[in-house]
Amino acid sequence: MMAKSRAANRKQKRLYLVLTSMAVLALAIGLVLSALQDNISLFLDPTELTERNLPDGEHIRLGGLVAIDSFEKADDGLTYHFDITDGAETVSVVYKGSLPDLFREGQGVVVEGEVHKNGPFVATEVLAKHDENYMPKEVLDSLKKRGLYQKPGEEGSI
Amino acid sequence: MHKFANPARFLRISKLITPWCFVLTAVTLVIGLYWGLFIAPADYQMGDAYRIIFVHVPASYMSMFCYGFMAVASAVGIIWKHPLADQSARAAAPIGAVFTALALFTGSLWGKPMWGTYWIWDARLTSELVLLFLYFGYMAVWEAIEDSVKAARVAAIVALVGAVNIPIIKFSVDWWNTLHQPASLMKSGGASIHPDMLWPLLISILAFNLYFITVVLWRIQSLIIRRQIRGLRIRIAEEKDNG
Repeated sequence: MMAKSRAANRKQKRLYLVLTSMAVLALAIGLVLSALQDNISLFLDPTELTERNLPDGEHIRLGGLVAIDSFEKADDGLTYHFDITDGAETVSVVYKGSLPDLFREGQGVVVEGEVHKNGPFVATEVLAKHDENYMPKEVLDSLKKRGLYQKPGEEGSI
Repeated sequence: MHKFANPARFLRISKLITPWCFVLTAVTLVIGLYWGLFIAPADYQMGDAYRIIFVHVPASYMSMFCYGFMAVASAVGIIWKHPLADQSARAAAPIGAVFTALALFTGSLWGKPMWGTYWIWDARLTSELVLLFLYFGYMAVWEAIEDSVKAARVAAIVALVGAVNIPIIKFSVDWWNTLHQPASLMKSGGASIHPDMLWPLLISILAFNLYFITVVLWRIQSLIIRRQIRGLRIRIAEEKDNG
């Protein structure tokens, strides 16, 4: 009888040990991750970029929506100009290279390149984001027809 | 005595269940994939390329589910010292590693045409890669430590420490900005996938779950039998020594 209760006691002790270690570990990792917030995030949005006032030539990633009616193709057929916006701030971007299939106005994109204070952001790579919505084209068309469609990026969730 | 009787009972029952699980896996997998790849409508934005979700999403989900299973089994093994729990965790690890590799591979194939890159070090992709390494580390511990009681304990600690990564993978797309899009299935406000695409996806996920149950039962059976054979060998060797 004594032996059994001692064994039960040990099990309980191990249970608490596992639970407290997991809690402490989770807390420690949580603190590390929140301290590294800036390093883990993939890109800055236009508001953050404006706020930071980064030096010329700083290499960063910038993310946001391609502003409507901002896309232009230069005469050489290879250079593109467009604006990236997060609703509050807008940054002009110039890019020479090929664009991903999903690239279009209103689409979320992440561009990598250099900041220039008196001129557009010079991108060396353009990546397209796609949103979390999946639907057939006919459904999208009928939503648009009834005026019910809202692009997810417009709610600020690029 | 109860403790030793359990693996035997497990063997008996699981041998009855596994053939049925196997049949169910095959049926749901064929239905889910055929429906998803051939019948479901094309996506408004990605066209047919989105169809990779019928493999990518179940594989990614199972990569985390499998780790959760392993972590719970490891905790049971550490706290209640039950050998069946240790063997269950051990059995799940390579299956989880394969799911993780499949998730990373299909994601990469999808990333190139849609995003414009095979790989990016964003929080979602990186934490999923860490998951693959956690599986490798866990499996390496079992191979590296000869004494199976000690191996079980060290491996369980690795599994439990690594479990912290699971919520990080799940919420990476909410906590940090990433190239990977946010959750479509398990999110507040319901799934943002049209029902015509959602149903085949759910069936595929069910199929992957059944596959996991089938293979994990097989692997636990073989691990138990391996232990029994080792026990017998040791007894034979001892009897030879004595005789």
